[in-house]
Formats: sequence, structure tokens, C-alpha cells
Amino acid sequence: MSELTLTLLRLGYLALLWILVLSVVGVLRSDLFGTRVTRRPAPGTPGRGIPAPAPQRGRDTEDRKAPRTLVVTEGSLKGTSLALGQAAILIGRAPECTLVLEDDYSSNRHARLFLDAGTWLVEDLGSTNGTYLGRSKVESPTPVDIGTPVRVGRTVLELRR
Amino acid sequence: MAVVTAVETRPRRNVELVLLVVSLGIAIGAYVLVGIAAEGQVQANWMWVGGGLAVLVLGVHAVLRVVAPYADPVILPITTAINGLGLVVIHRLDLAEETSLATRQLLWTAIGVGAAVAVLWLVRDHRILARYTWTAALLGFALLLLPLLPFIGRNIRGARIWIGLGPLSFQPGEIAKILLALFFAGYLVTARDSLALVGRRFLGLQLPRARDLGPILVAWVLSLGVLVFERDLGTSLLFFGLFVAVLYVATERTSWIVIGMGLFVAGAVLAWRIFSHVQRRVDIWLHPFEPGTFENAFQVVQGLYGMASGGLLGTGLGEGRPDIIPFAESDFIFTAIGEELGLTGIFALLLLYLILVERGLRTAIGARDGFGKLLAAGLSFTIALQCFVVAGGVTRVIPLTGLVMPFLAYGGSSLLSNWIVVAILLRISDAARRPAPAEVTG
Repeated sequence: MSELTLTLLRLGYLALLWILVLSVVGVLRSDLFGTRVTRRPAPGTPGRGIPAPAPQRGRDTEDRKAPRTLVVTEGSLKGTSLALGQAAILIGRAPECTLVLEDDYSSNRHARLFLDAGTWLVEDLGSTNGTYLGRSKVESPTPVDIGTPVRVGRTVLELRR
Repeated sequence: MAVVTAVETRPRRNVELVLLVVSLGIAIGAYVLVGIAAEGQVQANWMWVGGGLAVLVLGVHAVLRVVAPYADPVILPITTAINGLGLVVIHRLDLAEETSLATRQLLWTAIGVGAAVAVLWLVRDHRILARYTWTAALLGFALLLLPLLPFIGRNIRGARIWIGLGPLSFQPGEIAKILLALFFAGYLVTARDSLALVGRRFLGLQLPRARDLGPILVAWVLSLGVLVFERDLGTSLLFFGLFVAVLYVATERTSWIVIGMGLFVAGAVLAWRIFSHVQRRVDIWLHPFEPGTFENAFQVVQGLYGMASGGLLGTGLGEGRPDIIPFAESDFIFTAIGEELGLTGIFALLLLYLILVERGLRTAIGARDGFGKLLAAGLSFTIALQCFVVAGGVTRVIPLTGLVMPFLAYGGSSLLSNWIVVAILLRISDAARRPAPAEVTG
């Protein structure tokens, strides 16, 4: 094999190494996971907001009034939102919770939001400081209306459409 | 005001497959180039060797598709590329020295991959591992002390870190590394509040209470013990570094780093004063070219010459003389690659390590539970620390210590334990990247 071929092979191999490095970096660029922060448009500006989650076909009519997201409106997680599905949502400080709070005033397993026959109910799981729906303490599973603040420790949550 | 929304994550297994093909191309390409350089033609068995490696890693890929579909897509390709390149460079040194270490390394790669598959298959949720915090501690310390036992402990080249049964020898410290990372993560996730919150502030540092210093002192004494009785600088450095790193991640208190560094410096100075083998290492580090130390420093000096002759683009695989360096296949494989692939190749390699560590730390950030966070951070840190200590040692940034470059250097125990580390990282990253917990009990 000629000297030229060998040199080309040698440089080609270095290029191959860098192709791997660069393609890995490329994958990382498009693979940022976790959360995306979108700026909320100033009140009054039309359109171009956060795109609403695509409506699910079939269940559209009956679910027009059903809440779609759970939003944290106060506390250290303020601004976080969770898409609501069929599964119940466990709120507290324990790592296995759906919404893990960094809130010294909440219990490990503080409260649970669950779907029962099309309505979301909130239930206190024997927390130390209690769960409040609006101004009243939650003693038994209580239906949650859209926009009613649910207070868990120092965190306030709200169901939104 | 801004809104934080969860981004829908995709499994990205197909991307992994594409990257794996490139990684295998790197391994097979290196093998072909070495064959051309050594015998003037492509070695006839390249399909078998390349195919064997491909079957192994594609097996892991297939298992990932089943048991961890959301695992990080770049960890496995990077590991494959580094492991494959290491295998070829060892094979290349075999050709020059007429040894057959590459076959053993390939066998250990197979064992390591098998262990990784077993871990991925058996441990479906990394939080299960948190149950074995104290078992891991007991086993880890037992494994660490095993080489000191009279009959099975072996003293090879001055360090007593091997155990041997007949022709087989093994470094239990490599497995102890994983077990201790497990223990540190499990222990610190429960103890972090008292270690982080209690204490007085002094000069902008939050100082811990005297009684909370207990754990770090125990870790320090233990790693000094490893240094004294097993005469292994690297392992002792690795354990103490791992503990301080996990402690820092758990508590977010800079004071622990300051205390850890202080203890490290004290220990290092003490070791330097007392032990002749540490003094020799420091002499080699500071004065490699002086007449008195030149005989001892032959390995380091030869490595530097090798890298210098490699220059920017390297001599080409199989074209250099890295076999002049004693133990080029283990401690000095880094300089062998530096000689034959040049600075360009070495930087690519270091970037691959960097990305591997970054993916580990990113997994730690994404993990939803404290234990997974600390475990992923600790394990990635061990990879980073090993790279730093080895690369720093052979390039004379720090004194040379006996650690191995993960996946690259010759050594079965290290290969096995690092594949297990990668399996655990993949498992945690799968949990971290999964869109939402499928169901909530309670």
C-alpha cells in the first residue's frame, strides 16, 4: 500500500473519531430533557402564547369543562405545571410522589388528587399541617373546582383547564 | 413570568443504534489499521473480532429496548467506542511484545457486558438498591480488606490489592468501589439534613458540629489504612474523593469540600513524609529527567517521549513504538494512544470521557429521588476522578498513582466493575427520563 493511502487512512481514522464525538454532541443538543421554560406573553398581546395541549379526539365534547393541568401558584415550585391524565397524583416530600415538594411545611405523603367518575377529588393523607381547599380544611375526599386554591404546606395548587 | 412545561421525552433507542454503528466502526477501523501496519494487509479475522464485539454491545442494546427504553442514548455508544479502542491498542501491543493480553481483555469485556445485562435485567428500579445500604457497606469494606488475608491476598508489584485463586487474580477493590458508592448514597440521603443544616457560620462557611465530623473522619482513616496496608495510592485517593464528592452533592455545603481538601492535604503530606514509595512517586513527578531518579522515572519519561513523537496527528495506529514503555497496556495506554493517534485523537478520547461523565451528572440532576441522584453523581465522579488521576499522572500534572483508565486499560476487574457502573447509570437515567410515573399507589 502506498504512503499516500496510509496517510489518508490515518487521517480518516482521526476524522471518524471526531465524527463520533460530534454526532454524540449533536444528539445531546436535540435531546435536552426535563422542562422547557417558555415566556408568558404580556397581557393583551394576541396569540403566540403557549400552545394549548392538543385536544384528545373522541372525548372532546364531554371533557370541555374537565381540568387538564395542575398548576403550582405559590411556593418554591411556583410556575410548575403537571398534565392531568387518568392516574391519581400524590403530593408530598417523598421522592415517590408525582409532585415532589421542597416544602418544610408539607408531609412526606401529604395529599392525593384523584379522578372519580369524571371529577377530581382531593384527599388529605393524614398530614401534619393539613390540606386546605379554599379556606376549609379537607377532612374527607372533596371535589375540587377549577381555579379553587388547594393549600399544601406553603404550596398552593390549582386545577386549570 | 415564565411557564415551566414538561417536554415529552422520546426513548431514542434508534439514535443509540446509529451511534453504536459508528462506535463499532471505530473499533473495527482501528483493528484493520493495526493489521495493515503490522502485516501490510487487513487481518483475515477482522470480521470475527468485530462481529464478536458487535454481538456483545448489540445484545446490551436489545436488552435496553426491553427493560430500559428511556435510558440515555449516548452512554452505551461512548462506552463501546472506548472499550473497543482499548482492546485494539492492547492487541497492537500484543503484536509488538508477543503476548496475548487482548484475548483475556476480550473475555473480560464479555463478562463485563454479561454483568451489565444481568444488572439491567434484575434491577428494574434502582431504588431497590437503597435497601441494601448497610449490606453494601459491610460487603464493600470486607472486599477492600480481602487482599490483606494471608492465603488469597497477592502482592503484585508492591501493591497488595489483588486476590488470587490458582491462575485467576482479581482486584476486589474495584467492586468495593461500586458498593461503597451505593453505601455513601444510601447513608447520606438520610443523614444529609443534620450534616447540612446544623452548625455555625464562620468566614462565610457553614461549619459542621464536631460530632457530625465523624463520618468524614472514618472515611479518611479508612482510605489512609488502604494506603498504609495495601500500599495503593490510587484506591485510597478514589475512595476519599468519592466520599467527599457525594457528601458535597448531598449537603451543598462548600465547607465539606474545604474540610475534605484539608484532610487530603494532611494525609498526602503525612504519607509523603513516612513512606518511601510515595516519596519515589513525588520525585518522579518533580524531577523525572535528573540522574538520581531517571531509572525509576523511565516509564513516565518514555511516555512523554512517545506523546511528543506522536505530535498533533500521531504516528498512525501500529506505526509508533509504544511497546517500549513498561506496562504500556495498563497504566500507560493513554500515552500509547497519544503517540499513535496524536493530540487530535487524545482530545477526542478525553471528550468522550467528558461526555460520559456529563451524561452521568445530567442523570443525577434528572433523577426524581435523592438516592438515585447521589448514586449517579457518585458513580460519574469515580469515572471522572479515575480519568483525571491517570491522565494527570502520565502527563505529569500530578504524581503517578495506580488507577486504571476506565474501559481503556488492561484489567479485568476494572472492566467488569465499570460495565456494572454503566448499567446502573443506564438504569437511573431510564427512571430519570421516563415521562411520568406510570401509576401512583396510595
